[in-house]
Amino acid sequence: MPELDPSLIRFTETVMPGANWSHVLKRGTTLRVIDLEGDGNVSALFYNFELPSERLNLPDTLKCQHIAKLTKGACLYSDMGRILVSITEDTCGWHDPLTGCSNARNIAAKYGELTYQQARNEWHRNAHDGFLTELGKYNLGERDLAMNVNFFGKVTVDDLGAMSYHPGSSKAGAFVDLRAEMNVIVVLNTCPHPLDPSPTYAPKSVSLIVWSLPPVTAADTCRNSCAENERGFILTERYFQ
Amino acid sequence: MNTLTESTLEAEQASYDFTLPAGEGWSNEILRGQTFRIVDLEGNQAADTLFYDLHDPADRYSAQDTIREQENIYLTTGTRLFSTRGNALLTIIADTCGRHDTLGGACACESNMVRYALEKRHMHACRDSFWRALRLRGAEWEKRDITNNINFFMNVPVTPDGGLTFADGISAPGRYVEMRAETDVLAVISNCPQLNNPCNGYNPTPVRLLIWD
Repeated sequence: MPELDPSLIRFTETVMPGANWSHVLKRGTTLRVIDLEGDGNVSALFYNFELPSERLNLPDTLKCQHIAKLTKGACLYSDMGRILVSITEDTCGWHDPLTGCSNARNIAAKYGELTYQQARNEWHRNAHDGFLTELGKYNLGERDLAMNVNFFGKVTVDDLGAMSYHPGSSKAGAFVDLRAEMNVIVVLNTCPHPLDPSPTYAPKSVSLIVWSLPPVTAADTCRNSCAENERGFILTERYFQ
Repeated sequence: MNTLTESTLEAEQASYDFTLPAGEGWSNEILRGQTFRIVDLEGNQAADTLFYDLHDPADRYSAQDTIREQENIYLTTGTRLFSTRGNALLTIIADTCGRHDTLGGACACESNMVRYALEKRHMHACRDSFWRALRLRGAEWEKRDITNNINFFMNVPVTPDGGLTFADGISAPGRYVEMRAETDVLAVISNCPQLNNPCNGYNPTPVRLLIWD
């Protein structure tokens, strides 16, 4: 992993397996998410902090960049034509925008139920309920759920539309950098990927680093990855004028 | 996929029959057990569609839950349309088109500016039609209720290496999709006005909406 200049690091934190996390990521800072053990999963949603009715819109994100996967150079768009975060670095290579999140039903069906009383903080948690718990801290609720990203998950689609999950595509130490282009509420959890075939409930922890990144320049990888992203950056900059 | 399934229902027996012009929004209740058909009258017309639990609209159609449950991104006969709470809202029971998209979302003035040119803001777009259809139903509806929709008759292929395109349609005049309501639902449609890509064959046209008891 490229070493970060320690003077750029604002704070670091570890998200435990199956746990929730959220933060208002400030424009000009970057969230590095590190898959410490490999084969991790981070289900994530993004909202404009100033006006949370503006939020991640994955259909807009995918169609304007002609992609069904996320990696370096991709931008995550809101429904308002603006870029919430851009992926400035990625050593994993494929993040899943298609599959959505685990829920109580599919976790219980695959792993059985395990309550807090039975297992304390090792209990079987799911991403859907984790999102609702964390969104509530911002006065957001069920009507604010949107299509989510699964970082470190690889799901391919064949010519007939069938989806395949590829275990092991993320190696230990793989990381992705999410640069905030607006002030963004990031809501995430480390519950298992919903198509993970592992028969045991074994979510992984991830490490987070919030750090300062120099402002976007004309030569920026994300801005220049397609003409659509250049327009997306222009609309995002206009928001702050 | 692409198993075409015809319906035995006759239009004359329908309890509801309405032709929705191009570029218009629409909403209507579909009760449990009723059958809902959308007909692509002139071919290659995207019908952007949202569904809600009629009695508790916080529970609404979820594109990701629907494709994950069947582990396939295309919608066709046999697809159950799931909600965010994991309830089956409707089941597709007939389909003479073959497959339908739920990843492409709905066009918006703002996304058109990103996708095509900053000068495209003025062009009519689906999300404006969705919003009009919802706000006409009452003040309790908010922008956040416009979630990720189905695009009936739209062709958005995903490639094995993770690419996505808006391709020429595979629909044709008179093709239809039919679904049975598994619970009481509210259906909301924007008959897509998009002129910048082939989703409507560059010529938006009407769709016919039928409901049988």
